[in-house]
Amino acid sequence: MASLWRYVLAGLGLAALLTGVLAAVYLTAPHAPQRAGSEIVRSKSTANGLFVASFEPERGVIRQGELQSWLLTLKTVAGAPVEGAAIAISGGMPQHRHGLPTSPQATDYLGEGCYRIDGVKFTMSGLWQLHFAISAAAGSDTVVFNVLL
Amino acid sequence: MSRLSRLLVLMAMAVLAGCGKPAFSDAEKKTIASLALSALPPLKTDTTNRYADVPAAAALGSTLFFDVGMSGDGMVSCSTCHKIDRQFQDDLPRAVGVGRTNRRTMPLAGVAHDPWFFWDGRRDSLWAQALAPLENPLEQAGNRAAYAHYIKARFGERYERIFGPLPDLSDVAANASPLGSDAEKAAWNAMPAAQAEAVNRVFANIGKAIAAFERSIAPPRTRFDRFAAALATGIQPQGDDAFSPEEILGLKLFIGKANCVTCHTGPRFTDSSFHNTGVPPVANLPPDRGRMDAVAQVEADPFNCLGAFRDGDASACGELRFMVKAGPELIRAYKTPSLRGAANRAPYMHAGQFSSLDEVVAHYSTAPTSVEGESEIHPLQLSDRERAALVAFLKTLAE
Repeated sequence: MASLWRYVLAGLGLAALLTGVLAAVYLTAPHAPQRAGSEIVRSKSTANGLFVASFEPERGVIRQGELQSWLLTLKTVAGAPVEGAAIAISGGMPQHRHGLPTSPQATDYLGEGCYRIDGVKFTMSGLWQLHFAISAAAGSDTVVFNVLL
Repeated sequence: MSRLSRLLVLMAMAVLAGCGKPAFSDAEKKTIASLALSALPPLKTDTTNRYADVPAAAALGSTLFFDVGMSGDGMVSCSTCHKIDRQFQDDLPRAVGVGRTNRRTMPLAGVAHDPWFFWDGRRDSLWAQALAPLENPLEQAGNRAAYAHYIKARFGERYERIFGPLPDLSDVAANASPLGSDAEKAAWNAMPAAQAEAVNRVFANIGKAIAAFERSIAPPRTRFDRFAAALATGIQPQGDDAFSPEEILGLKLFIGKANCVTCHTGPRFTDSSFHNTGVPPVANLPPDRGRMDAVAQVEADPFNCLGAFRDGDASACGELRFMVKAGPELIRAYKTPSLRGAANRAPYMHAGQFSSLDEVVAHYSTAPTSVEGESEIHPLQLSDRERAALVAFLKTLAE
């Protein structure tokens, strides 16, 4: 009887240890490991700090597989809207070695430094990158936005 | 003592059952729900074809789809290759119409959800697609002037009730087309512009009627969808709806380690886009560069969205307007096919390169390099058991 209880106690002890180890592994491991430089932000400084750019879907939500328009808003560091910018867009999925499924273009200037980027489509889930080459009176700069679906 | 040990055994079993990994994580459940047929949005209105949802147009389209009179030799219809009892495909590696083509016939379930048509997307609407085989010498091998005459003679009343009066065709050559034989091209070029336009209008309306019919071809609910519905509501799938451990492993691989779901995404199991996955060419066929060569074709198509035969306004033409026109990723890129029903329609790939799903899964597991351009896929090193599990899962999409 006594020896049975010893085994039971030992078993329970081992089980507790195992639970502890598993908990430590699962709770500390990142859920979706992300690569360096793939932070998801909607607003950031351009590469050389010339502008502050923000990029968001015009209707607020990202819909996979649908053509959507997004808004790119450009301000100077002082906060003044950047007008008359020429914007070239490229990008793709770095982990899948392919570019964008469409060729988005800046189609409208909406005022206040805000440009409509039309023809944006994300066909797959995963990490997408959009590169903007911006050329305005203040100079030329680039910015990359990550979009995670 | 014996009661105590029995109690201990029961407790141990309960603890083990509790610790047992649930079949699917919350993230997996979310992905599975996104693949279920119930997640398929209703078909969008096709503003470029104002007859798309007109029942009389669909009825005429159905008649034309099955009518062998709609061909140069009177022997071939759309349904020759798109067989109604075979998921609207023909089980052949490459389609055979009036001649032998170089591409696999695509099935039609859910086709109206696509933005691009054919394996390479060389047409941008369902109605423009329907016109291409009609004049392809290897498919239906007819010409648009002959089709206009045929419609007038055979279906004049039905046509006019839907589309309005047919043009006067008395002066139109029996055979004429800008794409036909030298004689047909000469006859076409001799036609006054207004007459050519009138024939093109009838031709476009044939496509619009066939497209209206094809919009009704929907993917059926499968065992996977019943399983997914049960999983979503938290009910244990019952009887035939329950998945075997092998099918569950296959599903987990499909949405996990094997990365299938990156392209075979959504309720149709396709991203409707084009990818080079290193599928080998077929020996003795002419060079085939997939999407790379289709871009110029869809841009040049007078029946494309930006052309004169579109209904509605150009806001519907975003896909064509923002199309990727160049880039190495277009080389040997082909459309991701839907996997619904795929297990019952070998052979596979754009020219029927693989005769079984085992071969397809083996291809994606080893990921050979592409003969031209660069394959987007990476080797998976799947075990035999994992490959078999993927095939077992794919079969649940065809049951």
